[in-house]
Amino acid sequence: MARVQLRNLEKVYGGTVKAVHGIDLDIADGEFMVFVGPSGCAKSTTLRMVAGLEEITGGEVLIGGQRVNDLAPGKRSIAMVFQNYALYPHMKVRGNLAFGLKIAGRKKPEIEAAIAEVARILEIEPLLDRLPKQLSGGQAQRVALGRALIKKPGVFLFDEPLSNLDAKLRASMRVRITELHRRLKAEGLSSTVIYVTHDQTEAMTMGDRICVMQAGRIMQVATPKELYEHPANLFVAGFIGSPEMNLLDGRIEGGDFVIGGQRTPLGPKVTDRLSDLPAEAVLGIRPQHLGLAQSGLAARLTNAEFMGHEVYLHADLEGRPIVAVVGAAQYEALGRAERIHLRPEPEHIHVFDKSGGGNVSLRPSRLAA
Amino acid sequence: MDIHADMDMDGFNEARAARRARLRALSAALRYLMLFTVGLVMLYPLIWLVGASFKTNAEIFSGAGFIPRHPTLDGYIEGWRTSTPYTFGRFFWNSFLIILPKVIGTAISCTMAAYAFARFDFPLKKVLFTSVIAILLLPNVVTRIPQYMLFRDLGWLDSFLPLWVPSAFAGDAFFVFMLVQFLRSLPADMEEAARVDGANSLQTLVYIVVPMLAPALISVCLFQFMWTMNDFLGPLIYLSSVEKYPVSLALKLSIDTTEAFEWNRILAMSVLTITPALVIFFAAQRYFIEGISAGGVKG
Ligand SMILES: Nc1ncnc2c1ncn2[C@@H]1O[C@H](COP(=O)(O)OP(=O)(O)OP(=O)(O)O)[C@@H](O)[C@H]1O
Ligand SMILES: [Mg+2]
Repeated sequence: MARVQLRNLEKVYGGTVKAVHGIDLDIADGEFMVFVGPSGCAKSTTLRMVAGLEEITGGEVLIGGQRVNDLAPGKRSIAMVFQNYALYPHMKVRGNLAFGLKIAGRKKPEIEAAIAEVARILEIEPLLDRLPKQLSGGQAQRVALGRALIKKPGVFLFDEPLSNLDAKLRASMRVRITELHRRLKAEGLSSTVIYVTHDQTEAMTMGDRICVMQAGRIMQVATPKELYEHPANLFVAGFIGSPEMNLLDGRIEGGDFVIGGQRTPLGPKVTDRLSDLPAEAVLGIRPQHLGLAQSGLAARLTNAEFMGHEVYLHADLEGRPIVAVVGAAQYEALGRAERIHLRPEPEHIHVFDKSGGGNVSLRPSRLAA
Repeated sequence: MDIHADMDMDGFNEARAARRARLRALSAALRYLMLFTVGLVMLYPLIWLVGASFKTNAEIFSGAGFIPRHPTLDGYIEGWRTSTPYTFGRFFWNSFLIILPKVIGTAISCTMAAYAFARFDFPLKKVLFTSVIAILLLPNVVTRIPQYMLFRDLGWLDSFLPLWVPSAFAGDAFFVFMLVQFLRSLPADMEEAARVDGANSLQTLVYIVVPMLAPALISVCLFQFMWTMNDFLGPLIYLSSVEKYPVSLALKLSIDTTEAFEWNRILAMSVLTITPALVIFFAAQRYFIEGISAGGVKG
């Protein structure tokens, strides 16, 4: 069992810089957990505390139910893949794979067999007798992956493993890692994954659950779908999704949301709970959920980006920038009109508290989850 | 019309390229001539030394040429025998007995000290590192007398111990400093990977850090070897019996004890004395060049 639990985890660098502010998180055995967030939000620091490479200032880390705060990295049943691969430069690929097992005192035939198996899975057999400097980035990354895999650890830790690869390779490695994880799980091997990235595509496509972080705090932990459909706060709403969710300042009046001089109806899930809602609020609507209509929010079209089957419309709504994604045909039908009308789909409207940033349109049960 | 213009252009370009090539060849020739001349001026004493060691004593001062007119091995044979009860081989052996523990001890102790300074946090680290730098800036002579008294009280006079023991305990601040700087320039990722792989600090040092440090370590050993081989003052202060003299002192010995200096013997032994250093330097030169560029991190 390799369940990972973080209990009020804190990190202070050099006695003054507080990087992690009390993180609580439960990662189930076999779960693929992604840490995502902007640069400097302490994803790596948190991961490195789990690995044992960074001292824990406060709180505790449990792996498989055991407190590991004072355990050396090698004793935590973890393996780590680094952003720049960190292969041992003076050892052949074979030696890189074997190092951990040799340190653990395994027998030679056993090591040979393990190398052969990992090399087969990752298709690096022809590379076994090369030095790291004779490998391409993608090959080096596969070797680094192999070095983690060969130890059969309880927990895999990845720190932005794909960010040095080009887009195409990144996409294929993404699939490879996900498949590998699924396969290990199917074989009944304990294979919890914590995967750090700042790329939301990676986060959304790979993670069972995603932990969105900002400035050393967790903003939301949820499945990719949940995160996309029910962001808990303004930060998550703005961070997840592409193009970004439109966030418009305004007021709630009756069943409507008022932006400048214009109003748009709010859906039933919001109007049901009008009494709980603050008057000053932020309306959140994804560009995909804004449709062109005969009436609705009037805006001035400023730019249109043609993306193939769809078009990103950039418009100006009462001095606020707003983006809508519409089908190419719909855009054609628009002709050369400058004034357009946008209609938010009421069921996809989010309302955020202006001061706290919380999503007040979520049902209380959702917030608790 | 267009075609003709093109051809004209081609001809023009060809002429220009040819002229440029000629110029380049000329400038290269000039540069090499210059380098060769300066190199010869710098190397001439060495060449002369080798030539003169095969000359007879009388011929040495008769001209500045380096090719001996009557080549003879007398200098080597007589010089090797020395004016003492020991052959020159004895002195080489003495040098070896000092150099071997000193170089090995330096390599091990300086690596450990540098690893600690570069990668670990421990109390008083700042103070200790500052003192390393301070020692670096301190002239050697200042510590000669206190050191002498210390070794006298330990009863180490007239033994090899004072000559190598301090170095075997990271006493050479320069080497520690050099290795610390080199280590700081290496990424720590590989060491972290090793720790995740289960290696303890010592295993990480031996299996990961030392191989990456190899180019710098080879330089350290080389420097230590040459400096010890050439060290005159240290043995002069601490060694009193002739049977313990290293070559640097023994060379001087042959000047002292004979009245009419047998220059060809001295020169012959000088040639022998510098040979190990030259051989080792040329053998290790390759590592200087290839070593440092071999990194495992791609970015
Ligand atoms: N050794 C250190 N000393 C002091 N502060 C540090 C140290 N390492 C990291 N920090 C600080 O801790 C915070 C979190 O850093 P961390 O490297 O964990 O961020 P990250 O989320 O991994 O960012 P990135 O996506 O850029 O890798 C940052 O504000 C950083 O400045
Ligand atoms: Mg990071």
